[in-house]
Amino acid sequence: MEENSVFWEETIQPGAAWSHVLKRGTALRLVDLEGGANVGAIFYNFECPVERYNMPDTLKAQHVARLTKGFVLYSDMGRILCSIVEDKVGWHDPIGGTSNAKLLEANYGPSRYQQQRNDYHKNGRDSFLIEMGKWGLGPRDLTANVNFFTRIDVSEDGSMSFAPGNSKAGDFVELRAEMNVLVILNTCPHPLDPNPRYAPKPVHLSIRRVPVPGVDDACRVSRAENGRGFTLTERYFL
Amino acid sequence: MGGMNLVESKLDPTQANYSHEVLAGEPWVHPVSKGQYFRIVDLHGNQAVDTLFYNEHDYSDRYSAQDTIQQQGNIYLTTGTKLMSTGGTVLLTIVADTCGRHDTLGGACATESNMVRYALEKRHMHACRNSFLKAVIEWGHGMSKRDITSNINFFMNVPVTREGKLTFEDGISEPGKYVEMRAEIDVLVLISNCPQLNNPCNAYNPTPVRVLIWNGPEA
Repeated sequence: MEENSVFWEETIQPGAAWSHVLKRGTALRLVDLEGGANVGAIFYNFECPVERYNMPDTLKAQHVARLTKGFVLYSDMGRILCSIVEDKVGWHDPIGGTSNAKLLEANYGPSRYQQQRNDYHKNGRDSFLIEMGKWGLGPRDLTANVNFFTRIDVSEDGSMSFAPGNSKAGDFVELRAEMNVLVILNTCPHPLDPNPRYAPKPVHLSIRRVPVPGVDDACRVSRAENGRGFTLTERYFL
Repeated sequence: MGGMNLVESKLDPTQANYSHEVLAGEPWVHPVSKGQYFRIVDLHGNQAVDTLFYNEHDYSDRYSAQDTIQQQGNIYLTTGTKLMSTGGTVLLTIVADTCGRHDTLGGACATESNMVRYALEKRHMHACRNSFLKAVIEWGHGMSKRDITSNINFFMNVPVTREGKLTFEDGISEPGKYVEMRAEIDVLVLISNCPQLNNPCNAYNPTPVRVLIWNGPEA
């Protein structure tokens, strides 16, 4: 197959879940179709899912509490699951977490399939668990997630606030898989979204084949820690 | 909620129902029942105490850093913070705190993360997640690496800036500072008294801490 050619694309509906084993050497692009989307995501080493995305290791290796182009997502084993190779947004939230049924009921009132059919309110935690269950994973495997397209500001006293208008229609982020990565994601609203209405947004995704990161790869050379992270990841495949 | 909420406890350490010194580099695992008070004392100052909590009746329902900070809308832990589980349960409430700020974004050190952060040759050095693994293997009950999730670092200072930077600042704890929690349900506590020597989280000199349990507020 020709490099850089998209071989799969689809739209994830608002409030829907999705999962896929993103192969090493491919990249997943997420496009915010309408602006204001949120994509909650967790990542696992598909071959050994007890190795999984680790929020603190990702933050402290790169001294960040936001994610954008040039940063990578670390597993708990010192390896890089995905690199952020393109980003038009500039800030993705790694700390805000996900919603649950109780939060949705408190924020938006009751919502059942019986009355609302497929527009019923889906929450992040249940969406993760259902999708994870399809791969044999359960509540013990639930771990801190990333929220793409959302920005959470932290003030000096530690208080967290949702930044409105962070992502606009057409904005996108692209993740290059450095391992064979089980990606679990959903388009449920961010738990700190102040919108009084339940208003999840659709996201377009596409997957393409990409070259392996070279010695001068932007994510690899962005800091010494990531250079070592790539070394440990490449050793895994020796 | 915001800023440091310095509150002293009325409980007398000499009247505690349980008292134990946890040496640096060692784990400690112990149940704390609903209504009991649990205190950690930073005996020598600036010692990171990496801590996880579990619902004692369902270990799959465990401390969640993200749910805890989301619920209170603030990334720092201090008096008044409810420690939330992945299932939305309040596990414990911080009822006294003479340090004023505790971290839950910095996670626990591991041999692998030390290789990334410092040098590939650091793999041999003792790390919290090795202590956590040793403790859950010995505790049994089916616990394993899957149960080692994002923890609290009591007495550690990890500020986030407005620009989204995560920084590791010198500790604000001192000898004798403590944090005290009331268990809201039966919990299991898992501690690694941090052995990290590569950064200032333990002032380059890991030291013992004391854990105390009282049966109730009047014990």
